[in-house]
Amino acid sequence: MSGAPATGPALEVRDLDVAYRVRGRWRRVLRGVSFQIGRGESYGLVGESGCGKSTAALAIAQYLPRNGRVRGGDILVDGRSVVGLRGQELRRYRAQTVSMVYQNPGAALNPSLRVGDQVVEAFTASGVRADEASARARAALERVQIADAESVLRRYPHQLSGGMQQRVVIAMALAKDPSLLVLDEPTTGLDATVEAEVLDLVAQLQRELRTSVLFISHNLGVIAKMCSRVGVLYAGRLVEEGPVETVLRDPRHPYTVGLLRCIPRGGVRKDHGRLDTIPGFLPPLGAELRGCVFADRCPLADARCTAEEPPLVPLAEGHTSRCWYHERAAALPREEAPDLELPPIDREAPPLLRFRDLGKVFRERGHDVYALLGAEGAIWPGETLGLVGESGSGKTTLANALLGIVEPTEGTVELDGRPLAPRFQKRTPEQLRALQIVFQNPDSALNRRHSVRRILLRALRKLAGLAGGPAEGRLRELALRVRLPERALTQKPVQLSGGLKQRVAIARAFAGEPRLVVCDEPTSALDVSVQAAILNLLVELQAEKRVAYLFISHDLGVVRYISDRIAVLYLGRLQEVGPAEVVFEGPHHPYTEALLSAVPTVDGGGRERIKLEGEIPSAAAPPSGCVFHTRCPRKLGRVCELEEPPLREVEPGHLLRCHIPIEELRRLQAKPPAERVGA
Amino acid sequence: MSVAPLSPAELHAEARAARAERRRLLLRSPGVLIGAAVLLFWIACALLGDRITPYDPIFDQSEDVFASPSAEHWLGTDRLGRDVFSRVLAGSRDILLVAPAATLLGTALGTALGLLTGYLRGIVDDVLSRLIDAVLSLPLIVIAVTAIAALGTRSATTVVIVIGAVFAPIIARTVRAAVLAERELEYVRAARLRGERAPYVMFVEILPNVMPVIIVEATVRLGYAVFAVASLTFIGFGIQLPSPDWAVQIADNYQFVDPAWWTVLFPAAAIASLVIAVNLVSEGLQQAYER
Repeated sequence: MSGAPATGPALEVRDLDVAYRVRGRWRRVLRGVSFQIGRGESYGLVGESGCGKSTAALAIAQYLPRNGRVRGGDILVDGRSVVGLRGQELRRYRAQTVSMVYQNPGAALNPSLRVGDQVVEAFTASGVRADEASARARAALERVQIADAESVLRRYPHQLSGGMQQRVVIAMALAKDPSLLVLDEPTTGLDATVEAEVLDLVAQLQRELRTSVLFISHNLGVIAKMCSRVGVLYAGRLVEEGPVETVLRDPRHPYTVGLLRCIPRGGVRKDHGRLDTIPGFLPPLGAELRGCVFADRCPLADARCTAEEPPLVPLAEGHTSRCWYHERAAALPREEAPDLELPPIDREAPPLLRFRDLGKVFRERGHDVYALLGAEGAIWPGETLGLVGESGSGKTTLANALLGIVEPTEGTVELDGRPLAPRFQKRTPEQLRALQIVFQNPDSALNRRHSVRRILLRALRKLAGLAGGPAEGRLRELALRVRLPERALTQKPVQLSGGLKQRVAIARAFAGEPRLVVCDEPTSALDVSVQAAILNLLVELQAEKRVAYLFISHDLGVVRYISDRIAVLYLGRLQEVGPAEVVFEGPHHPYTEALLSAVPTVDGGGRERIKLEGEIPSAAAPPSGCVFHTRCPRKLGRVCELEEPPLREVEPGHLLRCHIPIEELRRLQAKPPAERVGA
Repeated sequence: MSVAPLSPAELHAEARAARAERRRLLLRSPGVLIGAAVLLFWIACALLGDRITPYDPIFDQSEDVFASPSAEHWLGTDRLGRDVFSRVLAGSRDILLVAPAATLLGTALGTALGLLTGYLRGIVDDVLSRLIDAVLSLPLIVIAVTAIAALGTRSATTVVIVIGAVFAPIIARTVRAAVLAERELEYVRAARLRGERAPYVMFVEILPNVMPVIIVEATVRLGYAVFAVASLTFIGFGIQLPSPDWAVQIADNYQFVDPAWWTVLFPAAAIASLVIAVNLVSEGLQQAYER
């Protein structure tokens, strides 16, 4: 019973000011933000962490934390102000008008209630009669394309995969036919192929139900795919707004331009062209800003920018930019850096590291789980081997087996042609120094009670055998090389930003001149502008020291940028290994093909989406024959179910595990005409 | 909620502000202030001893036995005619030595045990954890009495050792849980991958990170220790005569509680005040660290 007027915008945010009270001071987080979402429109809000995206969502749902308050402006949903709603009215607003979907579906569902009870509750809360609700619940799950709705309703949330959980949450959010659906990073924790499916689903539902959507994401590619208009937030200020294609094709604010340039995009590789970064830091929470919020990081800024804030300048067709020099934004000066001289990789020479027939079986509740099976390969000095695959594919197990963190059940690892002990405890200091690692999350990778100095000095002592004066000298050198400000040395990790923390972690790995560094998703916890700087640093270090990387990432753009060769894992089996360009350009394994097509890109695709059916099978009961046959869109027939294809060299340096001959793959995967844009 | 990346200087200031916040939280809580005041009062009494008592707590024995509270003897006199007020003031000394010493010993042992079981896991963990479970299944006082009886000496030192030993497994279990979470963090893996040995990882890498848990646990145990020492003393296994210890006083006079209630009530109230004071402070610490 929304009883809403059919005209007028679904959401109107007017001059919204939100502040949090932290340590006795009000700190402004949103500074006069205004935007509208029309009926049936999908509006994207994009920006890096800390810019106020989630705060906007919380304010709209009237769900700000206790210390947060709307201090100015207004939020109108269906033409009615929702700021300051209380009690019954607030409950009715949340129950009937606005729906939220958050990032982590596992936390959005109650772990101790059956899925069915929770979905039914979503219906009864919005006023559906109890006897009707269970039928509606089943229909709702069918609407979000859950095939076996009846059995899913009887299960508990932990028995569902992340993608399924998010579908259930979306079904619940749509139960009340909301006037406004707020999606806050709904696919950020999901695998690429699952993310693509959820996004497809949301797009389809949005078309069918004509729901108005506020879509919040840090990922410009996702926004490009999902939204018709986009607003770019920076430091709590809307700096640019307009139709998605226009903003992404012709950005008119230096921040948007910077964001777009940070992302490694199709074709750019480490050997030609470094990534642009956005220097500097976001202004601190609640800082008093006089001029343009972006002025101190903007290469175009001059005295006028710091003195006077530019208005939202209207450009063509609903496109606005808050910049004095918007016409020059596109021509933003690029970072001046000489091209790097990357050492050539000599694959005729003996490899640095070789692993043969590597396998790992975990025993779990009486089942053998094959996390890794028959992995083979080599890494040469100075090269980057990218490792891609969805969660549970065995990427980390492979890396850990090489490092000796997990003891492989079978197979061998050789360093310089000499076998390595399976457990790192049995390896020599020389061998330990040769293989180091940079972890995903610098918060847990650095001891939070030790100062940066102490962390690095200890690494120098253990890995380089240095102490006292020489160690101090090397410490300074190391800090300089990873661009760690001297002042950071005396600080504890909590006092550093995410990017600086990751630099400390990299410095620690490089303390003893490593030969191979495993990079386990080293940038996925960072914002894109920081990610670019970290990738640049890794490439510089490689050029300088001929270190090899085993680079694990779920971000295919990043992997393509930094890798010389790429290995694709699925259910613990290598499916494809080859030079980065070959793997990306094809002909490739059908799984690689699907993985690549699933990634939403800023330029709107160019690849046709290849849908994968169903869920990733359990590693405890892998499918017979080719493990990918249950989801393979190019399955040949019985042979795929019965016989596992070998990993064959189909071209020089290109290995594939597929029954389909390479020529056939080449024909099947021939590029569609350039105009054809994926759905 | 994501937090804005801040400039290093800002972050430094924020971290300092967080510490100041914690301090302020402690000092603002009325519970902590009252607890700390009571605690300081008893510590002062213990330090000054008979220098501040109106009568000598042990040797000033008047003819006037079991005198009820009056202007001369504020809290009355006991069966030997000693001033109860003086004895209550002086009675904090032994328990304030024995209880913290026992807690300290228990914390040190428990921390070591917790680090060992939590970090090494495997057979060490299995064996020690089952032993800990076995100890924990018996009431504290029963174990303590049995141990003291077996040792055959009744002294403050014995009480310290026995209570320390009984506390160790309790503290170990808490520390172990914290260590289990900590050892899965990547900084531990990084330390091992550069060839650090187990003692270094346990004591230099992990220990500082579980320190808040240990501090809170130790203050909680201190409250129990005061109680345990008093109980053991009361049944004759702890602090011995002629100490004016509160529990000694109660044991000495409880048969005369009717009509000389003051000889028991005031020392008992003193014990209660100390236990409550310690608990108030520990609760405040807990809240400050858990934020």
